[in-house]
Amino acid sequence: MFKRIMVPVDLAHVETLDKAMTCASDLARQYGASVVYVGVTASTPGSVAHNPGEFADKLADFARAQGAAHGIAAEAHAVTSHDPTSDLDPSLLKAVEATGADLVVMASHVPGLTDYIWPSNGGTIAGHARVSVLVVR
Amino acid sequence: MADTTSNEGIPEPQGTADIIETDYEIGQDNIERRIGPIRIDIHNPVFVVSAVMIVIFVAIALLFPEGARDTFLAVRNYVKSQFDWFFLLSANLFVVFALLLVVTPWGSVRLGGSDAKPDYSYPAWFAMLFAAGMGIGLMFFGVLEPVYYFGTPWGDNPLNGPLGIVDGQVMDAAQVEAARSMAMAATIFHWGLHPWAIYAIVALALALFSYNKGLPLTLRSAFYPILGERVWGFWGNAIDTIAAFATLFGLATSLGFGATQVASGLTEVFGSGVAEEGTRNFLGFLWGNADTSNDSSLLLVLIIAFITAIALISVVRGLDGGVKLLSEINMGLAALLLAFVFLAGPTIAILGDFFGGLGAYAQQIVPLSNPFGREDTGFLHGWTTFYWAWWISWSPFVGMFIARVSRGRTVREFVICVLLIPSLVCVFWMATFGGTAISQVVDGASESGVFQNVIAAYKPEISLFAMLGELPLASITSMLAVVLVIVFFVTSSDSGSLVIDTITAGGKVDAPVSQRIFWCIFEGAVAGVLLLGAAGTAGLDSLQAMVISTGLFFTAVLLVMCWAIFKGLQAERNA
Repeated sequence: MFKRIMVPVDLAHVETLDKAMTCASDLARQYGASVVYVGVTASTPGSVAHNPGEFADKLADFARAQGAAHGIAAEAHAVTSHDPTSDLDPSLLKAVEATGADLVVMASHVPGLTDYIWPSNGGTIAGHARVSVLVVR
Repeated sequence: MADTTSNEGIPEPQGTADIIETDYEIGQDNIERRIGPIRIDIHNPVFVVSAVMIVIFVAIALLFPEGARDTFLAVRNYVKSQFDWFFLLSANLFVVFALLLVVTPWGSVRLGGSDAKPDYSYPAWFAMLFAAGMGIGLMFFGVLEPVYYFGTPWGDNPLNGPLGIVDGQVMDAAQVEAARSMAMAATIFHWGLHPWAIYAIVALALALFSYNKGLPLTLRSAFYPILGERVWGFWGNAIDTIAAFATLFGLATSLGFGATQVASGLTEVFGSGVAEEGTRNFLGFLWGNADTSNDSSLLLVLIIAFITAIALISVVRGLDGGVKLLSEINMGLAALLLAFVFLAGPTIAILGDFFGGLGAYAQQIVPLSNPFGREDTGFLHGWTTFYWAWWISWSPFVGMFIARVSRGRTVREFVICVLLIPSLVCVFWMATFGGTAISQVVDGASESGVFQNVIAAYKPEISLFAMLGELPLASITSMLAVVLVIVFFVTSSDSGSLVIDTITAGGKVDAPVSQRIFWCIFEGAVAGVLLLGAAGTAGLDSLQAMVISTGLFFTAVLLVMCWAIFKGLQAERNA
């Protein structure tokens, strides 16, 4: 059914991702798919890493740990953006193409009033990606 | 080199760089939570303290407009007249230091590590640093300043040099020529190497400590070599808070004054009514009348709201989709206007002013930058020291923005592109606009529009339109100039909002979008409230005077930064 599952992760807020992580690895085992974890960083130092190279290393470590914990084939795909706040959605959409994923599993919050003005990232990806998207709330 | 966000993952490691080991984690002092539907991620206490201080100062300016203005103007004048030597000597040092970086081996250090690739192409990079740094000043002073020096009736002539026009009478050819070259030299002095060296120092210090050393992108990081871990405490907070504060007031007050230039331009092009009868108006808003007391503050507030709204769209669209795009549009329009004035104006005389001006600048730079034994205090304090304090009080904002877009350049490339090329562009701009205006004054004497608005009466916001008015296609070019002023303000406002947001988020560039919206609106609101609440521009005058006074503090900050760059580059070379 699915061969490659893309999971966007925010390494600064891993604790909010539990449900999406479990969901993605269950699906991966079910269909024998591999999982690619996608992280977006700025080139300036941030709370996760001092530079894009360090960020890529941390994301790779994260993917390895997930793969070992859930017994799935996992890899990492780091993306550098000039302005992650504004460019997150287009960056993730390009990552869908770049990774060749056929399913995106991503965490999102329960929509509220502001989502009428600013749709959540999950909502935007679901609205624009060409592949299946599972938004986990 | 790619303008678009790289989505191919991280292609390779960043190469050797000398990361500073610190236990401080970026964002560890931040307050991160949801308030209702809005997510926040702000530095404690920088965000709250700077916001509260801004509100308090606005309140003071509104409650005691006259008293606040007198006090702040007195402080500014004291700073300008007592510390002229400090400003001039420091600025000279910055120029020498920046030029040394080009020719010494330190110049080969690359920002972002030895293998880093530039984030932006040359044209995009140049457009952004120019639009943020100086664009708006060129629109305001391009005609005003050279003409003012050429024929000032207030005794502000540089180095007490000759005047080209006295009491409406054009002097003889030799004196006109001498006055003209001195006017160009003095203008170039204020817009050439010195201001750009000031920006380059701040930008380089921040880029180096952020991209190569791994410290957060805020002012405090450049103090790490001196303060060590204490930089995360009180002193660091104080530096960042004052930077955020000066940036916001700098932007808000120039937004307020810029609105008067836009209003004048609009009235010039589309207005109706007669200035002498007090009926001159734009779409019913009274503006540009002989008696200015009835001029409409509401018009200014609407202009500010319009500029802020565009800036808001730009910051939400982000660095690439908003700020870069607008900066490029801006550069295109500015080049168009420059080319038009160059061709429609006295082209040969402009070329003469460009090359002759550069020569005169080379001759006069030493006497102009020497603070001791000067007798032309009107020029020295009214113009040079004012400019130095002004550039320096803007440098945290402009420098930080330049740093944000300069990753991947070598120090040498960086200094050449931030110091030498913008200086040359400014010289050409000043020669074109100022040279055309001076030729108009020489040809038309007291009949020329420029003479009437710069020398007979001092109306700086009209000067550009007066010059364009005597060239062909005036209605089209004046319209273009109005659009350009607006876009230059938008590009200052949006990049400024990004900078304040980053400072007040403890160096995080990925703080929630609601924060940059907050700062962008706050900035417009401060300008609007000051215009509506205080008598005329009293509120703006007083707060701008206060911002310029902070130039004294930041001059000391910049001196420390030179030392920090020196230490940082040395460690980088040994890495």
